[in-house]
Amino acid sequence: MTHRGSRVLHVGSLARVEGEGALHLSIDNGKVTAAQLKIYEPPRFFEAFLRGRRHTEPPDITSRICGICPVAYQMSACRAIEDVCGVTVDGQLAALRRLLYCGEWIESQTLHIYLLHAPDFLGYDSAVHLSRDRRADVERGLRLKQAGNAVLELLGGRSIHPVNVRVGGFHRTPTRAELRPLAAQLRRARDDAEETLRWVAGFDFPDAECDADLLALAAPDAYAIDTGTPTALRYGDGQKPRAFPVRDFTAHVVEEQVPYSTALQARLDGRRHLTGSLARYAISGHLLPHSVREAARAAGLDGVCRNPFRSIVVRAVEVLYAVEEALRLIGTYEPPPRPAVDVSPRAGTGHGATEAPRGTLYHRYVLDADGVVTDARLIPPTSQNQGAIEDDLRRIVQDRLRHGDATDAELTRLCERAIRNHDPCISCSAHFLDLTVERA
Amino acid sequence: MAEPPVRRRPRLGVFKFASCDGCQLTLLDCEDELLPLAAEIEIAHFVEASSDVQPGPYDLSLVEGSVSTPEHLERIRRIRAESRRLVTIGACATAGGVQALRNFADVAEFRATVYAKPDYIETLATSTPISAHVPVDFELRGCPIDRGQLIEVITAFLADRRPDIPDHSVCFACKRRGTTCLPVAHGIPCLGPVTHAGCGALCPAYGRGCYGCFGPSGSANMPAMIPLLRSDGMSDEDVLRFLHTFNVAKFAAIEPEREDP
Repeated sequence: MTHRGSRVLHVGSLARVEGEGALHLSIDNGKVTAAQLKIYEPPRFFEAFLRGRRHTEPPDITSRICGICPVAYQMSACRAIEDVCGVTVDGQLAALRRLLYCGEWIESQTLHIYLLHAPDFLGYDSAVHLSRDRRADVERGLRLKQAGNAVLELLGGRSIHPVNVRVGGFHRTPTRAELRPLAAQLRRARDDAEETLRWVAGFDFPDAECDADLLALAAPDAYAIDTGTPTALRYGDGQKPRAFPVRDFTAHVVEEQVPYSTALQARLDGRRHLTGSLARYAISGHLLPHSVREAARAAGLDGVCRNPFRSIVVRAVEVLYAVEEALRLIGTYEPPPRPAVDVSPRAGTGHGATEAPRGTLYHRYVLDADGVVTDARLIPPTSQNQGAIEDDLRRIVQDRLRHGDATDAELTRLCERAIRNHDPCISCSAHFLDLTVERA
Repeated sequence: MAEPPVRRRPRLGVFKFASCDGCQLTLLDCEDELLPLAAEIEIAHFVEASSDVQPGPYDLSLVEGSVSTPEHLERIRRIRAESRRLVTIGACATAGGVQALRNFADVAEFRATVYAKPDYIETLATSTPISAHVPVDFELRGCPIDRGQLIEVITAFLADRRPDIPDHSVCFACKRRGTTCLPVAHGIPCLGPVTHAGCGALCPAYGRGCYGCFGPSGSANMPAMIPLLRSDGMSDEDVLRFLHTFNVAKFAAIEPEREDP
């Protein structure tokens, strides 16, 4: 029954997020006594080998942590390094960064919606299986994903580990004419995004409520993507978000190591918390443009959505927003005078946080006077979400067992769904559970 | 009339070792080709994309990531035994990846930097390419790999021919693209002359010197390259960092002995 001993589970990753994992569930007389998410992605030691690198290098190096959200790593790294050096990147350079980030949101969230998550709701093993019966739906998803990649490729050079981002801005900025075909593609993508939202809103959603605290960046006048202040919304607190400065991130979000997983697990002020689409929508949903809010309402969402199964609907709302926002940014784009601002290194500590598709991604760097990194610290979304994911697992399995016993196969499927709800990076998400059930 | 015999579709396996997932994601980034490809081949093992995981044997296995844990050693041998053709994809699988920087450091110290209780973490002292452990039929370079090259590799192996992937340098691609030479025109340090082509000479097209993410080309002349980087303003430390990143083990292997002053 148990695979312990047959697999090496305590191998972890500095990437901490995507990759291979397992689940351990203990059931004692129909009661779930333990639900552990085991991530055994091999360690890659990024924080260690960032030491000794130049201040210009973390964006390219840390993007290699995740092929699914490299822009998020590049953006958080740039912000943190620029924070050390006392530089603010604003105006059209900031707008271009946000546009690039919109591309990643469209690509990455659509990948999760269509290729990883939707097959669960429709009873298929994969999008390829799904396409045999519903080819038009899958083709719409691929087209939408391709539009996100087109943004990444134009601004970044390529969609995975883009080459055009640098501390201070870009190596090269596009002309208005270069952005024009992109706008045409995004206008078609808007139809696909609207249709996607209608499509996922029609799925069947089991009842569930995640009672974790929520954490997302919040900006004063826009749905936070590339900038904002960490903001927490406690469960049961009503609508009273509390913000704290990004430099205090590690005072609030504290990582600890658990013996069964090589990913570190983080808690917010000692409590279980969740970051990502559900948290962002709860904290910044009121800042979405009217048309997107209306579409969300038509899809059955109101102010706060705490049902993790419905996260697919919230992701579809965010894709629609990212398409709209990309079109707005292209429409108001004026090429900046220079592709990057100068960033002269100086000694100090800097902090940067941005909203990766999966949630708040925090970087901290310490530089010496020559601009050499002497310390690095990275807190990705999935390490923050593990506690909430485990709690979801416990609750969802317990609810299921209240209606009678279930086979291992059924529980496995249920647990996999519960985990994919939170999109814990890709190779985890698609098929990753090696379920072990101990029954006393 | 008799039914035509059902053609057995070739079976594809996709496997992951220590990596960022970006190279296998490249397959899902083939938005135009994915469904037509899935009609020609059976995607038998691709955990990133499907929970329908079939046992081997596989006609073509794509392997991403480097060997970096004790469990990996056993697993890659098993995959090799089940694969008619095995192609490694990306800098991790072909050169050990960025995580091979550990090969030049003290892993115990690395582990302690990251984990409060290092005893829980099992890892090898080195991160090594797949070809250090099993025979490999083809190595597709890049951090990440190029989408067009991936399609070429898959179609070539399914047709039992060698992939048409030249091993010349990025300079060739730059000339073909009509990009002005950055070191010549602007004195920008560029690894293009010694870096394997395949990306389409992206960085120079964006005004940035090539940083070698595809690893060394077929005839990389490092003794000529390094003085060129120095004359473009790089310090010895900068040159070392430039070469020791995403394909650290590959560039290090062909670097000349450092001259005594």
